Amino acid sequence: MIIRIMGEGQVQISPDDIAVLNELDSELESAIEADNEADFRVKLHALLDKVRHVGKALPDDSLEPSELILPPADASIEEVREMLGDQGLIPG
Amino acid sequence: MSVMKRLSMIFKSKANKALDKMEDPRETLDYSYQRQLELLQKVRRGVADVATSRKRVELQINGLEQQSRRYEEQGRKALSVGREDLAREALQRRSNLQTQMADLRTQHDNLQAEEEKLTTASQRLQAKVDAFRTKKETIKATYTAAEAQTRINEAFSGISEEMGDVGLAIQRAEDKTAQMQARAGAIDELLASGALDDYSGTRGDDIQAELDRMGGGMDVELELARMKAELGQGPAPQGAIEPGQQPPQAQPQQQPQQQSQTQQLRQPGEGA
Repeated sequence: MIIRIMGEGQVQISPDDIAVLNELDSELESAIEADNEADFRVKLHALLDKVRHVGKALPDDSLEPSELILPPADASIEEVREMLGDQGLIPG
Repeated sequence: MSVMKRLSMIFKSKANKALDKMEDPRETLDYSYQRQLELLQKVRRGVADVATSRKRVELQINGLEQQSRRYEEQGRKALSVGREDLAREALQRRSNLQTQMADLRTQHDNLQAEEEKLTTASQRLQAKVDAFRTKKETIKATYTAAEAQTRINEAFSGISEEMGDVGLAIQRAEDKTAQMQARAGAIDELLASGALDDYSGTRGDDIQAELDRMGGGMDVELELARMKAELGQGPAPQGAIEPGQQPPQAQPQQQPQQQSQTQQLRQPGEGA
């Protein structure tokens, strides 16, 4: 499975690692719902660190769509909320 | 639904919308390639803008550092001619400048980080655009609607997602740079108006000056005591040596009697 970390690029993840990433992703979602910026930052970094650790970076010239996409490491809780909203921050 | 899944769905829906607009997939490929080249240009401009802002902040820091050294020198001279009040004033202004410099250094670091991120994004996008061009020409050369559609969708989705990612990086960099430029502009105005670099000797807001004095007073007292010790007018202060500074006995002694009268600090109220 391919995951994109926005601003960093794409990584290939083994199916065995998906469960733990989903767990961290749920914690991140709870932090966003609770509107807790400090907790959000901790959870986001934990998730990104895990993806970087277990993933293998795809070459720059690969043209694969990602199955999952993560916000950039320096995104604020407000930015992520906007990205997930109907309007979205993502140009295109 | 999880954050990761929701974000990827947003990207996919944007790619699908773009694909649906085109009747002939070959047109889609050509149109997409043109947009990629435009985005690449925009990214390069973005990197140049951020680099320009960073250099501007660097120049400002250098200017403030020079002025800070000048104030220190003025303080030393003032003490050597027995004007402790002027020395205190010079050191107070130097303390204010150092606060500004710390703020500018933070801005500089942020701009540098932004510049590095955009440079990486630009390289990544360039590699993807090159790959897309090759794929596009191959698909067009061997085009038959049924077999090419899947490959077109894959290539298009991959590049579209990358463009969304890089497009967002550019947008964020532009926002941050605009904020930085506004602050850098404010520093320029303060320098131009003399609020930061007060050659005229006129006092600004007395209340603010008093508040600043309360904030930076301790440093000023320590600095004053250090200078007095250098000039043999008092004992060396405890813990007054800043990191990176030489202890007083290791620095060459000033020769006040050899200094030109024209270099002496002006009295407050005197013109430039």
